[in-house]
Amino acid sequence: MYPADYLYSKDHEWAKVDGDVCQIGITQFAQEELGEVVFVELPEVGDTFEAHDEIGTIESVKAVAEVYTPVGGEIVAINEAAADDPTIVNQDPHAAGWLVKIRLSDPAQLDELMSADAYEQFAGGGS
Amino acid sequence: MSNSIESRRTPLYECHQRAGAKIVEFAGWQMPVQYVGLIEEHRAVRQQAGLFDVSHMGEFSVRGPDAASFLQRMTPNDVSRLADGRAHYSGLLTEDGTYVDDILIYRFAEDDYMLVVNAGNRQADLDWLLEHRGDAEVAIEDRSDDTALLALQGPAAAEILAGLTDSDLAAVRYYGFVSGKVAGHPAIISRTGYTGEDGFELYLEPEAAPPVWDSLLEAGAPQGLVPAGLGARDTLRLEAAMALYGHELDRTTTPWEAGLSWVVKLESGDFVGRDALVRQKEAGIPRRLIGFEVVGRGIAREGYALATSGGAEGVVTSGTWSPTFEKSIGLGYLPTGSTEDGDPLVITVRKREVEARAVPIPFYKRAR
Repeated sequence: MYPADYLYSKDHEWAKVDGDVCQIGITQFAQEELGEVVFVELPEVGDTFEAHDEIGTIESVKAVAEVYTPVGGEIVAINEAAADDPTIVNQDPHAAGWLVKIRLSDPAQLDELMSADAYEQFAGGGS
Repeated sequence: MSNSIESRRTPLYECHQRAGAKIVEFAGWQMPVQYVGLIEEHRAVRQQAGLFDVSHMGEFSVRGPDAASFLQRMTPNDVSRLADGRAHYSGLLTEDGTYVDDILIYRFAEDDYMLVVNAGNRQADLDWLLEHRGDAEVAIEDRSDDTALLALQGPAAAEILAGLTDSDLAAVRYYGFVSGKVAGHPAIISRTGYTGEDGFELYLEPEAAPPVWDSLLEAGAPQGLVPAGLGARDTLRLEAAMALYGHELDRTTTPWEAGLSWVVKLESGDFVGRDALVRQKEAGIPRRLIGFEVVGRGIAREGYALATSGGAEGVVTSGTWSPTFEKSIGLGYLPTGSTEDGDPLVITVRKREVEARAVPIPFYKRAR
């Protein structure tokens, strides 16, 4: 279920690394826990964040979830499609439902993230 | 999700698990919050029908020669106007006229009533009634553990239920009830609900709940009946602007403030809280429950600050995204006279000011 070439955080975000740019979204587990997403708030291109900063929020009918970036850097792209039609975060959280792309300030931060296998165990054990 | 070891299960817990429900803790109970999805369940209730397990609700039996006069003294609505086979919405009020709980009262006979109370207030309500019993000849019994409660709600509810009972449902009007059988099991069939739709609430023996649940879902499947969770129950009641204890109602709010003055029958004689309600009415009601819709982006949730353009301040008591209207709606308190329908409001959503507008409530009213 969890792409093997992604990295995962304990806050239930995934990161897909491509050179010094990292695409970030929420995991299948996170979208299931949230339920139907009705609003997605994203940062602006050019904003900079430290690792573990809140970069946005996702609201479902019942809950608000903060989105934390697992890595620090500058936002280079945001997924406007997810902001316009938040249901894609439920339908395809690992691909079309991505949230932001961030230019890594410190690639060493990636070492703190989990592999797909480790995350699956982490999310499975937490439910 | 971790659940406290003390949390309780209804007789339908295994049915919910089998149906793939997401279970959450609510008022000390492990309850289904949703099955396939809140929005789909909500729409099923508006368009066809939904079946809810609300067995966490409390039921008290109040019986005896003084039952009628005791309830008249304990509640603001006029119990003397209830006929056998009729129920009404009422409350238990403090001496300050504020809510201990909001309740339903069913009359079986002049000396035999059932009170339906919120799960989270069950013990407080029982204590409150017992403390105030005095020398009234009345037996108050908590029957909650011997009672399961299903709510079948939606435009197809009557047609679905008719196939499983010999009772004449057409003769059961809104807020009426009959004792009969559903799928062969004894049931109190009550034309009540908490969704803004036509529908029934079925009071059952706990052992009867799983077979009746399964029979209803099977019989109603062709009409689109689905199990619905507490998530949809909350969005449905909010669209219908029905108050929820702990949100719109608590020990600081009076029926006048909550828009429930129709529940208060001052001419029905003395009742606990009456003097305070008379005083508040004379002195002026300081705040009112209002409805709003969010014009900007986001959901206004409980506890968020609410303000008028004139600077009057209040608070959101309930807010959600409305599946029917596909926008964000909510209820909140504002100082009396500070806003009118259509006026702009500002809600502070996590440090961000979001534009909203006062609108008439209920948001949703079914066509009759």
